[in-house]
Amino acid sequence: MVLIKQIAIFLGFWLLGNLISYITKLPLSGSIIGMLLLVAALELKLIKTRDIKDVANFLLNNMAMFFIPAGVGLMCHYQVLKQEWMSISVAIVVSALLVLTVVGLIMKKRM
Amino acid sequence: MRELINTPLVHVFLTLGVFILSKKMQIKYKSPLLNPILITIIVVICFLLLADIPYEDYERDTQVISFWLAPSVIALGYALYSFLEEIKADFMRIIASMVAGSLTGILSVFMTAYLFGASKATMISLAPKSVTTPIAIEVSKQMGGIPSLTVAFVIVVGVLGAIFGQTYLRLIGVKDPKSVGLSLGATAHALGTASISERGPDFSAFGGLGMALNGVLTAILAPWVIKLMLFLLY
Repeated sequence: MVLIKQIAIFLGFWLLGNLISYITKLPLSGSIIGMLLLVAALELKLIKTRDIKDVANFLLNNMAMFFIPAGVGLMCHYQVLKQEWMSISVAIVVSALLVLTVVGLIMKKRM
Repeated sequence: MRELINTPLVHVFLTLGVFILSKKMQIKYKSPLLNPILITIIVVICFLLLADIPYEDYERDTQVISFWLAPSVIALGYALYSFLEEIKADFMRIIASMVAGSLTGILSVFMTAYLFGASKATMISLAPKSVTTPIAIEVSKQMGGIPSLTVAFVIVVGVLGAIFGQTYLRLIGVKDPKSVGLSLGATAHALGTASISERGPDFSAFGGLGMALNGVLTAILAPWVIKLMLFLLY
């Protein structure tokens, strides 16, 4: 019963997020709005961490599992990879180095 | 035989089973190249191709797994909440570095891909490449990218970051736990964070913070940046 209640809370935030995303037409998905609502609800003490802790930890610890089906969809798109692997690889390496540099140097700088 | 193989039971069991085995393998050999997600994806694709099962069947049958993707994005809010005190303690600097990092990540990958002639769908799929996969998938889906390509890009960035990130940071003189953690977490999400975890709990805590903050900021910023860039370029 405890777990079912916790799951229901997560689904409730998801539903609320979907509703807000639908009404406001923001380019944010329901789950992302739901995440922001959860941070707000925890900070405002509307819900306690122990009301969601177990399911939250389960979800966080097993996240990798949940996107494997999406990843397998790659089998329908190998043509794109074949044609564009050059631009993709360059873009990934350049961008990753830039992010490391920007964040690293701003954090290192004394303020 | 076919009706025995092409069922939700077999598809879900195969996915769980391969994932557990590849996870065991990674723990044993400790190489970032043996990424369990990557290995599971490749093994499942091989199975589907050999058994001549269309992706649509597998996708439908494994909805019991992918359903939890959105709740796990929401659970990231819980992770972020647990860092709120640390963020408040050094608010301006952390937020400045994270906003700059998030914008740099989106814009640089988008523009480089554009200059090297990538297609629009590829550019959108690349835009959220530095953030944790569930968020990246949401952004990609929302903006017209190809979510499965995004999954692949996110993993590649994570593996590269885990292998080369620390060495590069040392080269540019970034060494303290806070800076190293935040920059690797923001660049290479959970994989980057895992690569520094053996240097101490403070490294991994800030890695987790970098990953959570960059994920949230990119989820909020990327849709607007993508819209603006598409408007300017096309």
